[in-house]
Amino acid sequence: MTRFLARRVVFGIIVLWLVATLVFIMYFVAPHDPARLLAGKGATALTLRDVRHRLGLDRPILQQYGSYLWNFLQGNLGYSYFSQEPVTTIIGQDLPVTASVAVGGSVLWLLIGVTSGVLAATRPRSISDRAVTALALFFYSMPTFLLGELFLLLLFFRLHLLGFDFFPGGGYVGLTQDPVQWLRHMILPWFTIALVTASVYSRLTRGSMLDVLGEDYIRTARAKGLRERRVIYRHGLRAALAPVVTQFGIDLGTLLGGIIVTETVFGLPGLGQQIVQAITRQDQPVIIGFVIVASTFIVVANIVVDLLYAVLDPRVRLS
Amino acid sequence: MSQGLIAEVGAADATEIVGARAIEGRSPWQLAFDRLRHDRVAIASAVVIALVAMMAIFAPVVAHIVGHPRDAQYHTTGLSPAGIPVGPGRRFLLGADELGRDVLVRVFYGARISLLVGVVASSLATAAGVVIGLVAGYFGRIVDTILSRFMDAVLSLPYLVFAIALVSVLGHPSLIVTIGVISFFSFSAVGRIVRGQVLSLREKEFVEAANALGAGPLRIMFVDILPNVLAPVIVYLTLLIPAAIVFEATLSFLGIGVVPPTPSWGSMLAESLDYYEVAWWFVVFPGLALLITTLSFNLLGDSVRDAFDPRYARLFVTKEPSGRTATTAEAEPA
Repeated sequence: MTRFLARRVVFGIIVLWLVATLVFIMYFVAPHDPARLLAGKGATALTLRDVRHRLGLDRPILQQYGSYLWNFLQGNLGYSYFSQEPVTTIIGQDLPVTASVAVGGSVLWLLIGVTSGVLAATRPRSISDRAVTALALFFYSMPTFLLGELFLLLLFFRLHLLGFDFFPGGGYVGLTQDPVQWLRHMILPWFTIALVTASVYSRLTRGSMLDVLGEDYIRTARAKGLRERRVIYRHGLRAALAPVVTQFGIDLGTLLGGIIVTETVFGLPGLGQQIVQAITRQDQPVIIGFVIVASTFIVVANIVVDLLYAVLDPRVRLS
Repeated sequence: MSQGLIAEVGAADATEIVGARAIEGRSPWQLAFDRLRHDRVAIASAVVIALVAMMAIFAPVVAHIVGHPRDAQYHTTGLSPAGIPVGPGRRFLLGADELGRDVLVRVFYGARISLLVGVVASSLATAAGVVIGLVAGYFGRIVDTILSRFMDAVLSLPYLVFAIALVSVLGHPSLIVTIGVISFFSFSAVGRIVRGQVLSLREKEFVEAANALGAGPLRIMFVDILPNVLAPVIVYLTLLIPAAIVFEATLSFLGIGVVPPTPSWGSMLAESLDYYEVAWWFVVFPGLALLITTLSFNLLGDSVRDAFDPRYARLFVTKEPSGRTATTAEAEPA
């Protein structure tokens, strides 16, 4: 257990180091001069040298690399070129919005995916199985941003024309400000993220559940006279969830992508919008900080997922 | 004695006359193709894909017929006096966009970008994945460790975030950059599948035989092993195309894909985001084109997978190629 955890942590650190180095190569070794960008078009050679010195760009490349990594280790992500604010402050400000979208979206995503998968697996070849499979394929083919736009067009605007104002047309209200309004503003973004990814999980759960339900211990459970509900959920689903959980770890990167797109569609002032803006402004420290924070989140979440795996399926021994 | 031997050889031969019908030995490829040919879903989706390809090819012809070049802006006929795009009608069959351009013509041109990026990026990714998977699986040891860890790392990256960073550092988004980014983030899934297969294949007798005959590693990898992993690779390729199309649309939607004014369904949908309240056609038509294309590719990909894997039971198949009734091989909980 400890050895397993240690190995995972070491691999996680290697991935993070790889990410940091890749980003460094992309931004500092590539022929690309942030000083020119920062100093503006009309800058004199003197100003340019000054800016370069201030950013430390005139130092040897290895020295730059060292201080770049050292800053990360201290939790210092630098300052925005644009607003001069620390990148950590900017990320901290926008985190609640993104966290609202991410947590609600992924809960809904797993809920829809797993329940529809179980529904399809317990009645194979039935009408509901076929319906779930067809819907899953439909949403699987749907790009996230298109679903969001269609939601806005149909569920917000068309209903609004008909006099029903249940769904707002985007924007964000803080959870602590007004929980009811927060929920109203989050429903469409949550479903946008959830439906597209849930389709994969529905198929995955169905397949895995069909495999598990064919095992001997399920027959034993039935023979003992346990109720069907208990057999399916306590005995079957618990083991069937293992591959689903693994996939969830892999798909966290997809989740982040979905968040960026969803925030853009619904005009939510979160990290996704922040990074799209940072890119149009070429605000390097913000972009780099975002990539590092996102990667750290994914690495940590993957370790948690691996631990969960063992909790769910008692047959798995971590070694 | 020798009679019996001859009879046995005869039975093992590929062709044998039973009654009046010849029974032919068919390769897995022939079997798969035969299953595909009789799969109504596969045929229907292939037809739709062919239609989308026709849209791409004949886009200039359509532009010529309607008399609206791709990027021409019609400020007087395409926009109302208040500057709002006009809806579908005689002049603009599918309406106009926010600059008074013809949505029909641009949707047709958009098919070019989607198909081009989808096919080229997924082919590149598959080719790279096959080579890397072959090398990792065949050589094993340290080569395998390095390549596999690299593929794992690429898979665990938040790819859209990284794609955004990559495009921003390369300066200007372009078609080539888009294709490159999509290929880079797609090859490792193929690579892992191929590696897994090669790991077991390289222990087989035919590889040993090739080795004994003096074949070099390159020949063994590409001539002896490669044909054996092609089936899963082809399945993955067909499923990768719609994913690449969605990826391109997403990049263009975020403004880091195809450069305007070249129309891409993704960038059209991004432009329509500010106009959906006054111009539904601007959202619906590019959206439908995109959805129908990805859906057809996914349906075809599913059929291709099923055709190569007879154990996988179909949900929607009613008739088997030979005329037998529907397969009941569904993994029923026994």
